[in-house]
Amino acid sequence: MAETEGVRRRDFINIAAVSAAGVAGIGIVVPLVSQMSASADVLAASSTEIDISAIQPGQAIKAVFRKQPVFVRNLTPHEIEAANKVDVASLRDPQTLEERTKEGKENWLITMGVCTHLGCVPLGAGEGEVKGEFGGYFCPCHGSAYDTAARIRKGPAPKNLEVPKYEFSSDTVVKIG
Amino acid sequence: MARILSILVGLFFTVALAWSFGKGAYTQITEPPAATAEHEFHLHPKELHLASDGPFGKFDKQQLQRGFQIYKEVCSACHSLSHVAFRDLAALGYSEGQVKAIAAGFQVPGVDPTTGEANTRPGLPTDYFPKPFANDTAARAANNNAIPPDLSLMTKARHEGGPYVYSLLTGFQAQPAALLKEFPDAKTPDGLHYNPYFANLNLAMAPPLTADGQVESSPGNPKPTVDQMAKDVSAFLVWTAEPKLEKRNQTGLAVVLFLIFATVLGYMSYRNIWAGKKH
Amino acid sequence: MSFPWAKHYTPAHPFMKWMDDRLPIPRLVYNAVGGGYEVPRNLNYFWNFGFLAGLCLVLQIVTGIVMAMHYAANTAVAFDTIEMTVRDVNWGWLMRYAHANGASAFFVVIYIHIFRGFYYGSYKAPREMVWLLGVVIFLLMMATAFMGYVLPWGQMSFWGAKVITGLFGAIPFVGEPLQQWLLGGFAPDNAALNRFFSLHYLLPFVILGVVILHIWALHIPGSSNPTGVEVKSSSDTVPFYPFYVAKDGWAIGVFAILFAIAVFYFPNALGHPDNYIPANPMSTPAHIVPEWYFWPFYAILRAFTQDFFFIPAKLMGVLAMFGAILVWFFLPWLDKSPVRSGGYRPLYRKFFFFGLIPAMLVLFYCGGAAAAEPYVMISQLAALYYFAHFLIIIPVVSAIEKPLPLPFSITESVLGKDDEAVLDVSAAPASAV
Repeated sequence: MAETEGVRRRDFINIAAVSAAGVAGIGIVVPLVSQMSASADVLAASSTEIDISAIQPGQAIKAVFRKQPVFVRNLTPHEIEAANKVDVASLRDPQTLEERTKEGKENWLITMGVCTHLGCVPLGAGEGEVKGEFGGYFCPCHGSAYDTAARIRKGPAPKNLEVPKYEFSSDTVVKIG
Repeated sequence: MARILSILVGLFFTVALAWSFGKGAYTQITEPPAATAEHEFHLHPKELHLASDGPFGKFDKQQLQRGFQIYKEVCSACHSLSHVAFRDLAALGYSEGQVKAIAAGFQVPGVDPTTGEANTRPGLPTDYFPKPFANDTAARAANNNAIPPDLSLMTKARHEGGPYVYSLLTGFQAQPAALLKEFPDAKTPDGLHYNPYFANLNLAMAPPLTADGQVESSPGNPKPTVDQMAKDVSAFLVWTAEPKLEKRNQTGLAVVLFLIFATVLGYMSYRNIWAGKKH
Repeated sequence: MSFPWAKHYTPAHPFMKWMDDRLPIPRLVYNAVGGGYEVPRNLNYFWNFGFLAGLCLVLQIVTGIVMAMHYAANTAVAFDTIEMTVRDVNWGWLMRYAHANGASAFFVVIYIHIFRGFYYGSYKAPREMVWLLGVVIFLLMMATAFMGYVLPWGQMSFWGAKVITGLFGAIPFVGEPLQQWLLGGFAPDNAALNRFFSLHYLLPFVILGVVILHIWALHIPGSSNPTGVEVKSSSDTVPFYPFYVAKDGWAIGVFAILFAIAVFYFPNALGHPDNYIPANPMSTPAHIVPEWYFWPFYAILRAFTQDFFFIPAKLMGVLAMFGAILVWFFLPWLDKSPVRSGGYRPLYRKFFFFGLIPAMLVLFYCGGAAAAEPYVMISQLAALYYFAHFLIIIPVVSAIEKPLPLPFSITESVLGKDDEAVLDVSAAPASAV
């Protein structure tokens, strides 16, 4: 009996030592993995202010937010009307224009310029670029077409163009992020 | 054969060394090296005790804020702090709003959005401390041909950095008479300032902290004497050079304690596996 | 190859059997560092340093890959990217300090490993190849460490690069073009920094390859041991697993504690403050020294202050500095003593403890000190002994020395006697484990 007790105690020590080595291993892996996530300087640089005073109705500009393009578009009444005419229930990602803009500023459509399919930059914001068959944006990579509310209407993209967090600092300045 | 060859090669090197040694020793005796003023009058830094010293050291945030104020009001006129961003100041205990206000108080290089010309704009928390001079040439021109060094890493770029900065700031003095008597040629040139804590004794920087109360103190803080201000700004520069010091100390404690525990287990396991095996 | 009594790998699980028939990696590991490798039972703690050196190499490769993820080899930003890593990258400070101090730890371990080899005659037949590969590893380590130190592009980085490549300038005729070729320019700049980064990333894997050869060569005759008497019977050895795995395991613990104390509490103690100043080609720091692990050889380089006949002092110093390491390649043939271990060589032992070790320590100290008297003269004497030791004393001592009587076997040295009865007793607990 005493013999097996001794053996058990010894096994326990060996198992405990190996477990401690395992814990140490995990402790080493944590910083090795976490060092690859975004660093403090990258995380800090996450808001952008844009002056929109010069954008005429029907025009759009590209700004940079988190190293990616943002489309700021001043919709014409005609475009707003076109967007509101669509039966929301029939959309792939059902959202109204109202839900995608700020109250009282429905003409300002601010979205990420990143196609929700595989991340290309859709055409339509720059002067003279094709806007696709729905008058919004058109992604040349795989043919996704967005309407005037930047909602996905045709092509492989699963979602509408993302609306980032933003607020109007004044009538002419938008702060994104 | 190999042995003879080896001894010959050995003799070649040893004789060459003996020759160098002999000539060196002869020169040493016949022409002993002259003493220099730097050698005799240079002083090691004074003692400085900071809350961040030692394995359990923590920053005294009040002191760091005072030190930052001195950097802002005195040092920043000539010295950059280029590795520190305004957002980093949150570690000194400033709120987000305070950090924004501090950043906005600095003018950083910018671009005019309409003309594209270089201009300045108020700083944002993501900006780094602006440089006081556009480039080295401008820095030289404005400072009697000496470039004021960047201060971000100053306390790690000198031996005993914290005490060094403190000693240098409080070490300005008249050149000792004994020095001039012994080395008449070593008189501090015009435009330089004698400071025994500086490696070559003569420093281009004029004493930056000159009067008690030079920087206004807020209630609850010690009186801003020159000594106190020098201590505070040294503490601040210890932080700028090693902002992760607290985290390093804390992580280190946990790691070392765990390793001791694991090593004791490892030793017991080793004894246990070798039990009965003489070696 | 192994001793006939070594255990054979027998895969228990059908998958391991399947694997063994196709790619016998488990078998390789089992025979290299598992139950299949029989090791002398009497190894002392100096024999832990080989394993620790391997650990250091892994540590350096892992932390180095991390550092490379955040580093940019461009003189305009190299210094800043390192600072950015330390300040903003998650755990970046830990990676940087672990990598910088890891180099020092690697050299501490390797110096002990080498000097263990000197004392116990590990370089002697039949292990010459193990030794030669070891010296190759040491040279590769020095090259890697040197180039790594250049990468932060601080003042010491820059002037280290300039001075060390300047050594090649001492070579007659080809020196200057060679130096220019090494740097890709007249002085260290972007071209040099980029190639150093490239090679600094490459060489550790070359080291890893030579380490594998080193271990392979070691496993042919098996490990040496403190008596220097070769293994004779099964009672002389124990299987690597579990015995030496346990011993190395707890030694790793001790090493890790010391390493953690250095990394967390004295991370800059072995560095030089000047390397926190960005490189400035216009101004040399007052006191330039290489990293501490180069100090003995740097002291030898500086010890040659006089032209020797037609050989300029500078060339002489360079020859001697490289010669000081290259002489190790010839050690197996310079030391002809039939006895391996310094423990049984009274004369050799005296020279080792009272000559080589003090000379080496003095060279360490003088290499780090300013290039002024009395350090230069002291280092000249120490360097003189260093060369005399390897090239004159060792060959002469090995010819005239009268060694002490050796134990009959490892078992006898451990147990005081070696007979069948004792064998049975000592074998019993081994089978129980």
